[in-house]
Amino acid sequence: MPVITLTINDELVSGRRGESLLQVIREHGIELPTLCHMEGLSERGGCRLCIVEVEGSPRPLPACTTMAREGMVIRTHTERINRYRRMIAELLLAERNHYCAVCVSIGHCELQKVAADLGVDHVRYEYLSPKLGMDLSHERFGIDHNRCILCTRCVRVCEEVEGVRTWDVANRGVKSLIFADLDYRWGESVSCTSCGKCVQVCPTGALFTKGAVVGEMVKDPGMLTRILEGRDKKEWEG
Amino acid sequence: MPTDLAAMAAEEQERQEALRCRIMVCAGTPCLVAGAHAVLTTLRDALEESRLDAEIEAVATGCMGPCSRGPLVKIRLPGKKETIYEKVTPESARQILFSVVKGRRPPTVEALSPDMPFLARQTKVVLANSGSIDPERIEEYVAAGGYGALAHALHEMTPDDVCREVSAAGLRGRGGAGYPTGVKWNLARKAPGERKYVVANGDEGDPGAYMDRSIMESDPHRVLEGMALAGYAIGADQGYIYVRGEYYLAGRRLETAIRDAERKGLLGSRVLGSNFNFRIDIRTGAGAFVCGEETSLMASIMGKRGQPWHRPPYPAQKGLWGYPTLINNVETLATVPAIVGNGAAWYASHGTARSKGTKVYALAGQVETAGLIEVPMGTTLREVVFDIGGGIPTGRRFKAAQSGGPSGGCIPGAHLDTPLDYESMEKIGTIMGSGGLIIMDETSCMPDVASFFLDFCRDESCGKCVSCRVGTVEMHRLLRRITSGTASMDDLAKLEELCELVSATSLCGLGMTAPNPVVSTLRYFRDEYEAHIRERRCPAGSCTMAPAPAPGPEGEALLHAMGVPVEED
Repeated sequence: MPVITLTINDELVSGRRGESLLQVIREHGIELPTLCHMEGLSERGGCRLCIVEVEGSPRPLPACTTMAREGMVIRTHTERINRYRRMIAELLLAERNHYCAVCVSIGHCELQKVAADLGVDHVRYEYLSPKLGMDLSHERFGIDHNRCILCTRCVRVCEEVEGVRTWDVANRGVKSLIFADLDYRWGESVSCTSCGKCVQVCPTGALFTKGAVVGEMVKDPGMLTRILEGRDKKEWEG
Repeated sequence: MPTDLAAMAAEEQERQEALRCRIMVCAGTPCLVAGAHAVLTTLRDALEESRLDAEIEAVATGCMGPCSRGPLVKIRLPGKKETIYEKVTPESARQILFSVVKGRRPPTVEALSPDMPFLARQTKVVLANSGSIDPERIEEYVAAGGYGALAHALHEMTPDDVCREVSAAGLRGRGGAGYPTGVKWNLARKAPGERKYVVANGDEGDPGAYMDRSIMESDPHRVLEGMALAGYAIGADQGYIYVRGEYYLAGRRLETAIRDAERKGLLGSRVLGSNFNFRIDIRTGAGAFVCGEETSLMASIMGKRGQPWHRPPYPAQKGLWGYPTLINNVETLATVPAIVGNGAAWYASHGTARSKGTKVYALAGQVETAGLIEVPMGTTLREVVFDIGGGIPTGRRFKAAQSGGPSGGCIPGAHLDTPLDYESMEKIGTIMGSGGLIIMDETSCMPDVASFFLDFCRDESCGKCVSCRVGTVEMHRLLRRITSGTASMDDLAKLEELCELVSATSLCGLGMTAPNPVVSTLRYFRDEYEAHIRERRCPAGSCTMAPAPAPGPEGEALLHAMGVPVEED
């Protein structure tokens, strides 16, 4: 692939054509917060945390869905961008009921880490405190909508890697909900193969293994890349 | 045998001229709601009873314009000026008919004066046939010159010529953004792809706006002809017209129009005997405002959840099923036949230096005569409100006009002389938008207006990106605090910061423009926001304030902390 040159935070760096800005930026050791992005899944561009300033564009662009181009001038951590990221994290925390202290994922939660890294020590916006339920009908897993951030990693991994499409999004806007088989209880879903990939890719405590108590739900984000690499090498064939 | 358009037109014209009288009853949605159907049935029954139905015809047409005065009936007598009657009932319709038969003026029903500015001050290009032809009869469209532009293009112009003509006319997207149509067409024409698509965006959703609905209801063939011209110009053989689900009547009339056009060989295979094939299918929306955004609209056509995706790639490069796709607004496409038929120079002679042609507006709210109007670009807001609209009723004063719906902004009284064109409107912090113009008088509270539009955007947010999904909800909550007198100045600062975030970081146009009503009302009516917060008072007198916090030292300290001045005895 042809090599291209970009300027990131005043430094000349090289990338390959066809790469996203996020790939190039991370390859050069610069950390950008992300929640909906996941290695091995299609890009969504929904969480807006990986926004960067691109010279010539009046508004910041999401690094995950913007392709790297020759000569781009990027800034990843300006005052404005940092402020926006903090606000987005605050909005996410205000949206549903994220009570870390009683969460199965405390200490292993990506939302918690992103917020802490961004220096969010309090939320200035009104908590929306929606009354959302849990679905514990599946024999091995559970989903707690109160902790869901609608990143749709579960929807994408189910469709793109497992090849099913048990999960999808119901409703719209702030009322959106992840649901199984067009509104069946998870345990009654006929398409779910109980592979558990959705649980492993979920960044928060929304999808969890039953029986985990506070802080016990440790996810295995490497699972996805192992599966995809194994498939590439045809490890499970013949 | 390709259809002989000239013969078809001549036959229909002869038929109409042979009539003793043509009675046109507006069958647009507003008039139907006001009772036009009963008027039409009464007229038809009366004609049948008196056996006059061979010489006098009563037809259902599209929108005549002054919608707030419906049901409207228009009388055309040979050699005489047309007369429009307002607020017609079945009884007054009988009287009109009686007077026509006897050759007298109807006694009790008021005819609208033909010099009435609402009728006389308009320039009708897109709405030329609206209210004069039966939208369900292709012959009437052809008799009015319809499909002539398509025939001319197919037989005498190359696709490149058509693109050049549209570029030269200076036509810009009527959906709101004002992107040059010719540039878009050229991009789609030059984009490599074994298939290409044309999409007409009829998912009009701004509250109070109904330009596209009226065009589809009143003159569906004009939209189809525009789409076919676009198809010929960019090399597409399939078009989709995406009609908002709530627009049942528009969808039905388009269905009829497509079927008739296919039967006459004006759509389908070998259009008018040329080598050009073009099919059009209707896709009906399911009630999502965001599907008016082009990438969401395409997702919806492909059967997916109506959610936007990141651009680039733009639809002209990679659209429906990955093929180059041209998406234009219904009004834009409906303008094209007039441009190709009359020439770019004729079209460009209307309007201003950078905004050419005419624009259709849905004039609504506090005006004497509300309805659908078409005026040249650059007409001032004052002319629209006070001349065409007849001013503000009940002697109140003009306060502001909201243009561009929830994505737009307000134009205050100080800017009444702003020409309505893309540049001038942008300069004063609003947008042309799709053409909705809501006129407000002094009884409208501007923070409340902003809250209404934010509530709309909050409800219509698809939920894909966080800024729009949660940001609009938080903004709406802050606005509700302001309008109920429970907000602090800190809340106002938070609101302004959220405006900045949501417009800068949202994924699609819905979120990017959602803060506009707040930003523009803050720009011109900041004092009203502050009166709600500092004095717990609504200057327009329309908001109900929540009970005041309990008095006493703590209460006062709280008020002080909130920035509310505490009165001292």
